[in-house]
Amino acid sequence: MNATALIAEDEPLLAANLQAELARLWPELTIVANVGHGAAAVERALALRPELLFLDIRMPGMTGLEAAQALAEDWPDDAALPLIVFVTAYDQYALQAFERAAFDYVLKPVQPARLAQTCARVQAALQARAAASLQAPAALDATLAQLRQLLAAPGLAATRTAPTLLSVIQASVGAAIHMVPIDEVLYFEAADKYVRVITAAREYLIRTSLRELLPQLDAQRFWQIHRGTVVRADAIATAVRDESGKVHLSLRGHADKLVASRLYAHLFKAM
Amino acid sequence: MMPSTPATTTVLGPAPHRRARFAVRGLRSLGFGVAIGLLLTGAFGTPLWPNLVQSVCIATLCWFTIDLGRIPLAAWKHRHDPPGSPEAASHWPGWPLMVIALVVGTVIGFSVGNELAGLILGREMPGYLRGSWRQALALLLGSLVPGTAITYWFYSRETIAAKEAAVQTAQRQAAEHQLKLLESQLEPHMLFNTLANLRVLIGVDPARAQAMLDQLIAFLRATLAGSRAAQHPLRAEFARLADYLALMQVRMGARLQTRFELPEALAELPVPPLLLQPLVENCIKHGLEPAVAGGRIEVSAAREADELVLRVRDTGAGLAGAAAGGTEFGLVQVRDRLAALYGARASLRLTDAAGAEGGALATIRLPIANP
Repeated sequence: MNATALIAEDEPLLAANLQAELARLWPELTIVANVGHGAAAVERALALRPELLFLDIRMPGMTGLEAAQALAEDWPDDAALPLIVFVTAYDQYALQAFERAAFDYVLKPVQPARLAQTCARVQAALQARAAASLQAPAALDATLAQLRQLLAAPGLAATRTAPTLLSVIQASVGAAIHMVPIDEVLYFEAADKYVRVITAAREYLIRTSLRELLPQLDAQRFWQIHRGTVVRADAIATAVRDESGKVHLSLRGHADKLVASRLYAHLFKAM
Repeated sequence: MMPSTPATTTVLGPAPHRRARFAVRGLRSLGFGVAIGLLLTGAFGTPLWPNLVQSVCIATLCWFTIDLGRIPLAAWKHRHDPPGSPEAASHWPGWPLMVIALVVGTVIGFSVGNELAGLILGREMPGYLRGSWRQALALLLGSLVPGTAITYWFYSRETIAAKEAAVQTAQRQAAEHQLKLLESQLEPHMLFNTLANLRVLIGVDPARAQAMLDQLIAFLRATLAGSRAAQHPLRAEFARLADYLALMQVRMGARLQTRFELPEALAELPVPPLLLQPLVENCIKHGLEPAVAGGRIEVSAAREADELVLRVRDTGAGLAGAAAGGTEFGLVQVRDRLAALYGARASLRLTDAAGAEGGALATIRLPIANP
């Protein structure tokens, strides 16, 4: 069957090999792009909308898992989310996580027999999807649940619990360091290599990544609602779900509106 | 290097453990009492039951009063040792204090045990309190000899057990360290990715595959033998790093560039094998792998006064970018090796590299043995 795929793999030889093996096993599969890092994978996938992604786990900049998360959050509602196959050389945490979440993966070096199995499964899934016309909500929900499970897997995502939790945020403003009590923070937002810290009174910029900050926050009080947003749960006033599955949040004492992505929408349920 | 071990002398370990050992010593003393009673009956033909009662009472009470003296004496003796140290936890007061505990403990233990036996048997027993001083002295000596022998026996048993435990702990720690070292050098992810690349190369470029395999063999040989050889020439060190980086270059392609600078005059200087390997690995792992564009790794040697200065720098993410996710195992290992071999005369410094290209710089300074 005809299909389109994107390969994200930072090692050029392995990328070429995967492409060659796929050409042999599945000649009708068109590789629309072959990229070397996670950010490029997200950008090319959004532009070209392939039906299948091969994502290497360890890549410079953004890992394969982070790329998958970004795509699940940013993928347009009018198109079906691509099927994802993770590729890894050796990573016991990743393998355990994939097995548990029933996510498809291939090991490097790619074994043709194993890759053939994966191709057969992917073809079956694509056919089922075509028969159901576009993407059945149930299938999307299943994929999101799998991704959520992977993101929570120990050792796989970057979120490890830090030995100590932050009680103040030290933000530099000009020559002064402002000590911002963590209870005053409404939400954190990733901005490239910085994080914006928003309080009711004002906003600060700290030189750290959200990935490093996250383990130092109390996960009960600060909820991640998007790959780039962490909000203090008791600062949320209302949560309204739209038809695409995103949740729109309003805050107490602040005019900003936040959006929780489909990956985190399950956090907002009535008791 | 012998790591400090938690057990060196007698009666250590957590409280339940200590109580168990206390009970075991009590039972053993009881056993000794029985043995002495049997011995007396065998030797003098006196009735067994009174002998047994008397020797068991005396032996257990002697043990009890001796232990009662020994433990506070040991605590007093070790009062200045830092809490938690093996000395502070030790219940061995040393022989001079132990002799006092023995004599006092034996006199009290003997007297009380003797009276107790008398009560049980319903008759008056000869002892220190009755009869002549000559008799008392004979009794004291008679009970001190087995007391001392038994104490010595307990002491050597526990010392031997503690020493065995210490040796086992040291061996286990050394083996664990060795394993961790090997694991860090033969990181599975690196190995499998290299093999995956090799497998592809065999199909598309057999000559390059062969060259890559040779480099992998040289790298594996050096890694596995590295812990055994004490020194190798700097030339060999650079060659092994070149092998490793060539392997990485097959994987990373244009994202990895390398530069080596080894003045001929320094090439034969001896260095510990694979000393620089963890530093180069750090450049790859924390410097270049996170950088989308990759970068360059430079390894250089220079002589500054009587020091050999080895520098490993990269143009990657820099120290701030690499702060998260490292265990510092590589750095700790290099520092440990330097300290073990050169003491305070060698150093390792990790800094941000100067210049617009950024990245990190590791500088090792070693004394040159024969200037």
